[in-house]
Amino acid sequence: MVDAIKNFVNALSNPTVYFFLTIVGLWAYLQFRKQLTHPISAWLFLLGSVAFFIFSMFDPTFRSVVTKPDNVPIVIMLGLVLYLTWLGLRRAVLNDELMKRGEANLEAKESKDRVFTWPDLVYTELICMVLCTAALVVWSIVLRAPLEEPAAPARTPNPSKAPWYFLGLQEMLVYYDPWIAGVVLPSLIIVGLMAIPYLDRNPKGNGYYTFEERPFAIAFFMFGFLILWVSLVVLGTFLRGPNWSFFGPFQPWDIHFLEPLVNVNLSEYFWVRGLGAPLPANAILRELPGIALIVAYFALVPPLLLSTSKLFRSYFLELGAARYATFIMLLLVEMSLPIKMVLRWTINLKYVVAFPEYFFNI
Amino acid sequence: MPDLLTSLRKTQVWKSIFRHGPPNTTRNRTLVVLTNFFLHLHPVKVRKSGIRLSYTWCMGGLTFFLFLVETITGLLLMFYYRPTAEFAFQDIMALREHVALGLMREMHRWGAHAMVITVWLHMYRVFLTGSYKPPREFNWNVGVILLVLTLLLSFTGYLLPWDQLAIWAVTVGTNMARATPFLGHEGPGAALLQLGGVNLVHAGDDVRFALLSGRFVGEATLLRFYVLHCVGFPLVAATLMAVHFWRVRKDGGISGPL
Ligand code: HEM
Repeated sequence: MVDAIKNFVNALSNPTVYFFLTIVGLWAYLQFRKQLTHPISAWLFLLGSVAFFIFSMFDPTFRSVVTKPDNVPIVIMLGLVLYLTWLGLRRAVLNDELMKRGEANLEAKESKDRVFTWPDLVYTELICMVLCTAALVVWSIVLRAPLEEPAAPARTPNPSKAPWYFLGLQEMLVYYDPWIAGVVLPSLIIVGLMAIPYLDRNPKGNGYYTFEERPFAIAFFMFGFLILWVSLVVLGTFLRGPNWSFFGPFQPWDIHFLEPLVNVNLSEYFWVRGLGAPLPANAILRELPGIALIVAYFALVPPLLLSTSKLFRSYFLELGAARYATFIMLLLVEMSLPIKMVLRWTINLKYVVAFPEYFFNI
Repeated sequence: MPDLLTSLRKTQVWKSIFRHGPPNTTRNRTLVVLTNFFLHLHPVKVRKSGIRLSYTWCMGGLTFFLFLVETITGLLLMFYYRPTAEFAFQDIMALREHVALGLMREMHRWGAHAMVITVWLHMYRVFLTGSYKPPREFNWNVGVILLVLTLLLSFTGYLLPWDQLAIWAVTVGTNMARATPFLGHEGPGAALLQLGGVNLVHAGDDVRFALLSGRFVGEATLLRFYVLHCVGFPLVAATLMAVHFWRVRKDGGISGPL
């Protein structure tokens, strides 16, 4: 029985299934937010997670990974992220209901009220500070900061992991070359974040929680933050072991385990398997199908969206050409991550375009 | 006890510091904020909705508080730590074994992790309440830079214990720089930058070399990261935090429905 549960969970946390489940989970949470953010659902979820956690702590593999000192913060983060997502969405649901009835939302009810900084704000801050200090001191007494063997440049540990907050990017290295995963993506994340206030022109939802007044913005940000960032950090920390191979939460880390790499480039698919011809010697010709695909993705999808989707047409009218182009480019780049992941899992696609001579692989 | 406080309030010393009576009247509650250098970060009155924990989650405030904790514990750590390949690891060991109440390394490390978490959650809250919308666009951008700085602070600090965890995490993290387009020696386009058949960008002069001050994570990297971690980034971060807080006030205080 116990083994059956463990095997089942191991299977569920295979990267393909895991990624798929997180997306479905987010979609369901937003779609059925009224029922799912209800306190009863929240308590049930909490109880379920605590029960699962306690059950899992009896498993040596799970325990050793979760209680590794540098991994404890990630467990804490996961709890906080889930709790605050619930809190934010709960307030959004309540506000949306109030506003639908034509009443003031929770924030608006109190926003005309001005209270004195001393004592109201100062005491709140003081209490937060004291609690935070207490938590930090207890944490520091219970858990020693890790210190491994002295640095030995000749001995590479396996797995070699970046600091935990970069593990989402390291996970991307599975699907993209370092110049994309390590340089282009982080830069675009920063640029994209900075562009948000200039691309989201919807004046509603400023200063209060709401979902219905800005569903696309919230869903989009949650997708980026919860799925592509937080959940990949969790995946990279707990489920990636030696050789960056994948291990289920109850599956012991085996150093000798190597997943066979059977990935194939698009050029191979097109010329060799599709046309039955040898790969062209000319590199440009060889990569032409991939180049065409990428150009099409960036050049054809925007107009296609415009002509088929009312939502995107209204964005275009609101934003004007230049902002709309920036918005759609960022959106397409973000979406290229899950697309490439799915292509890897389904048809073992390695590169869409590959010029290894110039380190230019996509 | 209250008598003691009352008589204390009458002394010249007390009056020279606090230029108003106890903060239990409207007038004095105003003065306490206006005449105190630290409290004047705040306005005298604030929106009731804006200071609710269920609204702000206190995550911005906690991020700032953790920054202060890091500054203080970091300062204490600097008394014991020498950033050289010879001493760095030993000093951390000694700190662990011999220094009484040697809790500051733990507090510094866990505080740093906590700060990364709170800054993400702060950004998440600001997004969910739409607080980046006009007039707060610019402050959101200051925030994004602060987020990057927080990660850089944490990353440069990760190297300092000089153990296996440290150098390999930093090696993995900086390996990407090799692949920077045009500027890294394994980046796309770098091979095109040639002069008379000689590659201009190679392992001895690309961006990774500039970051690490060497081809590998070594002693020069340690010194470089140490200086950035203890002086460079904190100064920039503190300055930007001042701007950030000032703008929160100038943009009309913590956001709320108009
Ligand atoms: C070191 C990092 C940071 C510190 C110390 C900090 C601190 C604060 C504090 C104390 C506030 C007052 C309200 C609150 O506590 O929520 C605030 C507000 C704000 N922060 Fe930050 N912050 C940081 C990073 C960021 C980041 C990463 C962003 C966004 C990307 C951001 C955007 C904002 C905005 C837009 C406001 C105004 C919110 C409102 O009026 O509701 N900050 N910040």
